[in-house]
Amino acid sequence: MTTTNGSNEAIPTLQLLDPEGRRVTTRGTKGYRDRAADLTPENLRGMYRDMVLTRRFDEEATSLQRQGELALYAPSRGQEAAQVGSAYALRPQDFVFPSYREHGVLQVRGVDTVDRLRFFRGSDHGGWDPNEHNAHVYTVVIGAHALHATGYAMGVQRDGTPLDKHDGTAVITYFGDGATSQGDVNEAMVYATVNQAPVVFFLQNNQWAISEPTSRQTRTPLYRRGEAFGMPSLRVDGNDVLAVYAATQEALERARLGQGPSFIEAFTYRMGAHTTSDDPTRYRTTDQEEVWRRRDPIDRLAALLRAEGELDDEFVAQVQASADELGVGLRSGVRALDGGAPVSTFDDVYATPHGIVASERAWYEAYEAGDPPAEQYAIAETAQGGAR
Amino acid sequence: MTTMAERTQTTSGARAEGTKTLTLGKAVNEGLRAAMRRDDKVLLMGEDIGPLGGVFRVTDGLQAEFGEERVVDTPLAESGIVGTAIGLAMRGYRPVCEIQFDGFVFPAFNQITTQLAKIHNRTRGAIDMPVVIRIPYGGGIGAVEHHSESPEALFAHTAGLRVVSPSSPQDAYTMIQEAIASPDPVVFFEPKGRYWAKGEVDLDVPVGSATLNAAQVVRTGTDVTLVAYGPSVETALKTAAALAEEGRSAEVVDLRAISPLDTGAVVASVRKTGRCVVIHEAPVFFGAGAEIAARVTEECFYALESPVLRVGGFHTPYPVAKHEHEYLPSVDRVLDAVDRAFAH
Repeated sequence: MTTTNGSNEAIPTLQLLDPEGRRVTTRGTKGYRDRAADLTPENLRGMYRDMVLTRRFDEEATSLQRQGELALYAPSRGQEAAQVGSAYALRPQDFVFPSYREHGVLQVRGVDTVDRLRFFRGSDHGGWDPNEHNAHVYTVVIGAHALHATGYAMGVQRDGTPLDKHDGTAVITYFGDGATSQGDVNEAMVYATVNQAPVVFFLQNNQWAISEPTSRQTRTPLYRRGEAFGMPSLRVDGNDVLAVYAATQEALERARLGQGPSFIEAFTYRMGAHTTSDDPTRYRTTDQEEVWRRRDPIDRLAALLRAEGELDDEFVAQVQASADELGVGLRSGVRALDGGAPVSTFDDVYATPHGIVASERAWYEAYEAGDPPAEQYAIAETAQGGAR
Repeated sequence: MTTMAERTQTTSGARAEGTKTLTLGKAVNEGLRAAMRRDDKVLLMGEDIGPLGGVFRVTDGLQAEFGEERVVDTPLAESGIVGTAIGLAMRGYRPVCEIQFDGFVFPAFNQITTQLAKIHNRTRGAIDMPVVIRIPYGGGIGAVEHHSESPEALFAHTAGLRVVSPSSPQDAYTMIQEAIASPDPVVFFEPKGRYWAKGEVDLDVPVGSATLNAAQVVRTGTDVTLVAYGPSVETALKTAAALAEEGRSAEVVDLRAISPLDTGAVVASVRKTGRCVVIHEAPVFFGAGAEIAARVTEECFYALESPVLRVGGFHTPYPVAKHEHEYLPSVDRVLDAVDRAFAH
């Protein structure tokens, strides 16, 4: 497949599944087709299920925001293949650094659905223990986490973990087209290539950075950025779950074998708004949205499965029932999140006692108890003396 | 809190093979070496810190001893140094980053303030950030623009960071090891103008003596408290000596840290002396001295004989080298402030 970047230049793009869900057998893609062939019908149904559940999560979260139950939500609608396909290529020992829209990745990684919304509820700055799922919490400062992923990968190198296709350890970081303009993403690519760190830069080019089209970020196809830094780079059809899986598996394998970083541009489309605070009607046409609706990643995988006799009505109904269950659990779980006692604001600011935080906490607790001390810092001295 | 007199006794009492005369820069070097020998997860990262040993030679000989994997010459990108250090810390390492000069920390400011300072809190304590950011800071060396600044208040204003500055070779040796041992991120400001100052260093001093949190009285006195840290401690001590000739007795408190701030040590001193002058090279406007003055005023109101005064840099860009000695808090300017304090 080739697409254009707005000019007439054709951009080579890996595709294994066309928008109608037919397997594509273009010349030069055999290696990737072989990788995708490893996916059993059971795996493909699992991907379908996770993509449907991710979309349902999206719809439920959007509704919860409209009901005032979430402060904000960043939908992933349209990017399910890019996220689920890439996450299926991960192994348990790998580590994920998401931005804040990777609901499909976190679905596959097993992060609890309610935990994923703590941040958007305003009850948590994170939401889960990154070490439980080998998936870091959201990073909202665009692109900052690309450096964390690279540093983590430099740590993996120093650990002396095995260099093995299966047992090696890889790191993957997700970011968007807007983030490619950030210095941190570019510095991360410098550090990763110089050190040959086992990290995969996974760009979801969803074509919009809030209201700015990719043409406001770059004059060159973005996958070529990776090449310029000196790493293997590939553009894939981000709505083709097989191509995404195969490309990511190849890049992760390279990392696990100690062959350095890779760059993947998954070309996709943000079907929804940037966040629930956004209004896409101010900057893009419904015609464009309609074009991409016809390239829906879930429809595409469903068509493949049906054509190959692997998707019957009973399974579809089962997935639907799971989605309903997810919705019920999410609605009640999110409404129950309250952020804990206000005094918890003073928790975990430091790992070891800090006199200023201790004194302010002591004062606040006395104030809340209706017993504010006459001298604020009389308590400060005590707290500091006791908790150095 | 220990007094200098007490500590000197302890140090001289232990004077044996464990005590050496070192410059402050060499003391940091020895502290880094000791921390790296103790824990193989300690890594050094920075520009030109390998074969060159850093532009101030603070990492001299360390790459030869510990190898390129542990003493890493990084690309010339400060955000990258700190950002990758964060990832290394998540993987269980204890990175010590060198920022070549104070004015070059700003490309890393985002990583330090929005990420390093907050990841422990963001993950509700699941992840520690044992990262040290070493920054040679301060003026007086006749340097060009961006090489003489004192940006410590910018970091003290960010919760999640510890901000410290040693004033002597002994403290430099001890504090760098305690900073590395800390599970919290520490911004470690090294007074570059004092890198060549020599002092006795007890190399066997136990790590864990809490120098990162506890101010120390480095000279006792009765009439006025001079509060300082880093390079200004020497200025305060010289001022105290000059005051002694005039028959005034100044107590000098070396804060060691501005986050946390050992308010108790300062308050105890000012309640005794009734006067307080704070000295730092950073601009006075919104500087650490403002915070200290506010706290002293709140806690020592009835003990104060005069307002708390501050001596430091002006609200201008750091001046050209030809004028820096007029900008920096000199003994004369501190004496002037003390005179004003006594005029009340």
